[in-house]
Amino acid sequence: MLALDFPPISHLIEWPTLFGSGAFAVNKVVLLMWLAVIIVTVFFFSARRAALVPSGTQNLAEAVVDFIRNDIILQTIGSEGLYWTPFLLTLFTFIFVCNIFEVIPIIQMPVTARMALPFFMTMIVFFIYHFIGLKHQGVGGYFKSMLFPPGVPKALYALVTPIEFLTFFFTRPLSLAVRLFANLLAGHLLLATFAILTAALFSATYVGALIPGSLLVALYGFEVLVAVLQAFIFTILTAVYIGGAMHPEH
Amino acid sequence: MHHLLALAAQDPGELAKGLTAVGRGIVYGGAAIGPGIGIGIVVGNAITAMARQPEAAGMARTTMFLGIAFTEALALFGFVLAFIISG
Repeated sequence: MLALDFPPISHLIEWPTLFGSGAFAVNKVVLLMWLAVIIVTVFFFSARRAALVPSGTQNLAEAVVDFIRNDIILQTIGSEGLYWTPFLLTLFTFIFVCNIFEVIPIIQMPVTARMALPFFMTMIVFFIYHFIGLKHQGVGGYFKSMLFPPGVPKALYALVTPIEFLTFFFTRPLSLAVRLFANLLAGHLLLATFAILTAALFSATYVGALIPGSLLVALYGFEVLVAVLQAFIFTILTAVYIGGAMHPEH
Repeated sequence: MHHLLALAAQDPGELAKGLTAVGRGIVYGGAAIGPGIGIGIVVGNAITAMARQPEAAGMARTTMFLGIAFTEALALFGFVLAFIISG
């Protein structure tokens, strides 16, 4: 009989406090978050000295900026949205670095698998897109275009307005935060599950570990894809919300 | 059923634990049905669009990811809810 002890979820995502206490306790996840900030800062500062013939870091940085500009902002907001390039660029690279920690050996803990960070970033996005809406359309105009979308039969507003209200103030921020958080948490648990299964089968049968072991390697590749995709989706949804607040539906 | 009730009378904690586990499975499984079908429809139609107009493939792909993200959110709510449920 195979002894398979699956640890409780809290063992996989809650890390012991290293120093500090209460709300300022610092553990592995907080250290990783700081590391992500440092990586992103160093990355863009080292790419800052613009050479005529770009090389190395500058090439990569320019590719990322180009991607944010052409594939996210121009596709969703249009050229007025270019003002938000730095914000979306930072958001994308920071989330990506936080996500990719999931598959880096030894570290193997996505910072975004703890709700605090996705929730915080979502609150920033939430306030920004409402602020933009109020700024571009005025208080009355913004609430009118938000709660009373044009082209709807009058009687249906009884149904549409509460739904739109929930969408703007509840579903959007909740789904934005939960999407990032749950994807990374699920990925982390998936990798942990397969690693535990592989280890248990290896110590019991050696050969039996072949199938879950090769699946584990494949899942690693998949999780790299998820890390990129979730950073992209968070950023593009932010851009879509900002664009929607800028240009009301006609 | 009788047997279960007898068990519950013996050790209600154990029964609650088991039922919680069953509930978690049902919550996640139920939440995955709709989004599974939905993502299939989104991706299928995106592939049709890309095959018909390969020059618009970039736009179709971006929109596809957006559609997947919106659909997938429901399954993820179920996933998170399954953890929140505790016996």
